[in-house]
Amino acid sequence: MKSLIDSKSFASKTKQNGSMWVLWLPSMFVVIAMSLPLIWLFARSIDAGSDFWDLVLRPRTLSIMLRSISLVIAVTITSALIAVPMAWLTTRTDLPYRKLWGIIAPLPLVIPSYIGAFLVVIALGPKGLLQDGLDLVFGIEQIPSIYGFTGAWLTLSLLSYPYIFLPVRATLSRMDRSIEEASHNLGKGSWSTFKNITLPLLKPSITSGGILVALYTLTDFGAVSILHYETFTWAVYIQFESMIDRSMASIFSLILVLLAILILLPTTLYSNKGRLYRNDPGTPTLPPPIPLGKWRFIATLFCIIVILFSLVIPMSVLTYWLVRGFEFFPSLTNILTATWNTFSIAIIASIMALVSSIPIAILAVRYPNSWTKLLERWTYMGFALPGLVIALALVFFGSQFATPLYQTRTLLVFGYLILFIPGCLGSLQSSLEQINPRLEEAARSLGSGGLKVFLSITLPLLRPGIMSGLALVFLLTAKELPATLILAPIGFSTLATLIWSNASEAFFAQTAAYSLVLILLSSLPMIFLISKRT
Amino acid sequence: MNAEIQNRFIRNRNSIFFIWTLTLFLITACSGSSTSSVVPEPDTNAQDKITNSNKDILTVYSGRSESLVGPIIDQFAISTGVDVAVKYGKTPQLAATILEEGAKSPADIFFAQDPGGLAAVENLLIPIAENTLNQVPEWARSTDAKWVGISGRARTVVYNPNNIDESDLPNDMWGFVEPQWNGRIGWAPANASFQTMVTGMRTLWGEDKTREWLNGIQRNEPTIYPKNTPQVAAVARGEIDVGFVNHYYLFRFLAEEGDDFPVRNYHPRAGGPGSVIMVAGAGILESSKNKTTAEKFLGFMLSEIAQQYFTAQTYEYPLIDGVKTSRILVPIDEINHPNMPLSSFADLEGTGKLLRETGILP
Repeated sequence: MKSLIDSKSFASKTKQNGSMWVLWLPSMFVVIAMSLPLIWLFARSIDAGSDFWDLVLRPRTLSIMLRSISLVIAVTITSALIAVPMAWLTTRTDLPYRKLWGIIAPLPLVIPSYIGAFLVVIALGPKGLLQDGLDLVFGIEQIPSIYGFTGAWLTLSLLSYPYIFLPVRATLSRMDRSIEEASHNLGKGSWSTFKNITLPLLKPSITSGGILVALYTLTDFGAVSILHYETFTWAVYIQFESMIDRSMASIFSLILVLLAILILLPTTLYSNKGRLYRNDPGTPTLPPPIPLGKWRFIATLFCIIVILFSLVIPMSVLTYWLVRGFEFFPSLTNILTATWNTFSIAIIASIMALVSSIPIAILAVRYPNSWTKLLERWTYMGFALPGLVIALALVFFGSQFATPLYQTRTLLVFGYLILFIPGCLGSLQSSLEQINPRLEEAARSLGSGGLKVFLSITLPLLRPGIMSGLALVFLLTAKELPATLILAPIGFSTLATLIWSNASEAFFAQTAAYSLVLILLSSLPMIFLISKRT
Repeated sequence: MNAEIQNRFIRNRNSIFFIWTLTLFLITACSGSSTSSVVPEPDTNAQDKITNSNKDILTVYSGRSESLVGPIIDQFAISTGVDVAVKYGKTPQLAATILEEGAKSPADIFFAQDPGGLAAVENLLIPIAENTLNQVPEWARSTDAKWVGISGRARTVVYNPNNIDESDLPNDMWGFVEPQWNGRIGWAPANASFQTMVTGMRTLWGEDKTREWLNGIQRNEPTIYPKNTPQVAAVARGEIDVGFVNHYYLFRFLAEEGDDFPVRNYHPRAGGPGSVIMVAGAGILESSKNKTTAEKFLGFMLSEIAQQYFTAQTYEYPLIDGVKTSRILVPIDEINHPNMPLSSFADLEGTGKLLRETGILP
């Protein structure tokens, strides 16, 4: 009897392994793609002079590293504190205009960090708008400096909380509410239910979003350079941009990878016990929204303050620039071409990112073991490196080994994939974790093949994750600058490259025009995403 | 259960259809991108084009932005019939790109913001024809003929005339180490032009005095900016009293913000490193398959039309004889500037080392 069971499970295992290559093969392609920048970095760092240890081991390096780490921790925590309540308020409660808040809340993500930081300086900097106002009303002549940690922390938190907001919102809208209801029926209050039931269920999406925030902060250059907070990525850029010292830059980049591994390690060790999916196969019933009661005012105020600082003030300054310099308004053809370029490349990149991350998501969620975990974490490599590094690595591999592809959109999209696959993967995974595998098993037992099960059962259920993953990669691609500048075919300008070129020459009106178009364009997938769900 | 799944399937046919449409779109888009991508790049194609239609093609990597040099490059294309493809980017990033591409670089010309970028790729450049070089003064070209200056720019100190009187500004850069300037200075040590100035300073003042100057400025707790533009804006806001920048930023601000914009240029009256004249320049890549046209390009950029354009539109100094400097600029002769060949600005590596040693850069 025992041997019979054994042989049966063995049979099912081999059957499983037989079809596993469908998942492993594309995943391995992603792994190889992700490894290219690392290979390039190692190759370049070999050229470093013998004095590089002196440079690396200076106390200055250590202090820059500590500054990076403290910024990463502060921004990640702050982003979570903004994103989770907002996601909950906009999905579960009777917050006024919650649908609208849901559309607006992810939008700060589309503001490139160098624009955001520049606007923060204009608004909150010394002699900025806020201080002018305070001076006028209260006669306050000095406000605490925005430069350094404070500015970088504020700017990056306000721009990157949507990384957590999006997956958390996706999870919340798909979550089994019966447990929450049970908790309510047992007489638990909203807060206690949230803390003990909802929050643990949100953990995977908070983690996946949090990793994105942490890595985004770690590799941001725009905001930290404008607000002069010296981080490790800043140091990497200085080596490239100001010394044109590729070997030192590579060594600093490799240290950056180590820092990223330090960030990823605890989340890898943390393993999710217990299931996150629902038992009943039907559509989740929508319980009536939780009445906020006396908290309604505070909740609204919270949303208003966040959106005011992350979106309204930046947009107002941009609009002001635009109106002031209206005669410098760029030609409509330029705007339309750049908009179409941005839109089409971002759509292609997001779909490619989706297609590439589905096999990895399935492997990591349905077949969890140390190999699939490693595979999944490896894909974060691209997100852990500055865009400039990825771009130069691809310049090397592209020009030397794939000449026909070099300076084509294909290579550019490839670069976006290396950079942004994690953006999609996180949403997919948290969505997949909510799907009861028994649904798939049932379909399989009814004689459906793997592909059919995937297409008819898994894919439709995955939709919230797919949509938010697509949206995230779309936004990231639309505003990406360093890789776009370097890898784009000649004459291919996107809104981001035009924003950069105008901002760097102090053409504020044109900068504002392109920035506003970028924000509007990026809000399209958001509106689509939110309206589909509700 | 079966019926349930069936139902679900029917309900989700829409989503499946949606996914299919997306995939279809993706496939068309990809094939579209690969066909259109053939146009600018592969050299075999370019060669074919040259032999078939006798049409010249030139690829320029420009570290100067499209808004500044786009119009004059268009002018070149129109007047010569050459098909010019321009890749715009930041000078150091394009230099790094050229270094990665090596012999396979599709670029014919590298048009750089500053001599540092050109010096970084010097080994990949070929000497420029003498009659092109000779159009500019000797100080405005590389000693080994690898690149030539196209337009001149002066280092300057920007100050806010509402807060400070020009006569209160020190005679030369050394004056800014005085304690009275504590907390009032802005600088952009990562900026290439700043580093070029420091390189000139090392030539003029020697290593030790330059180090002392750098330390002295640091003692005065300068506000650090990533580049020049925000420094000029900061002076206008009164965030800092003085900033060390290039001369032309001011005029771009004046053009957009009007003459009330409270910033003015000051070229140190005693001369020295604070008022050196530098250039933006260009060179021809060894890998270029079209060196004759590339040479033509450089010739055009040094023609009267182009030089006139640079002084009138980008507020820079013309480098050839017979072109009048824009009236809003201080004529080069009225700036007390040290006459230094560009070779004295070449040792960027030494400057980088000094900036690292003084802890200014990582």
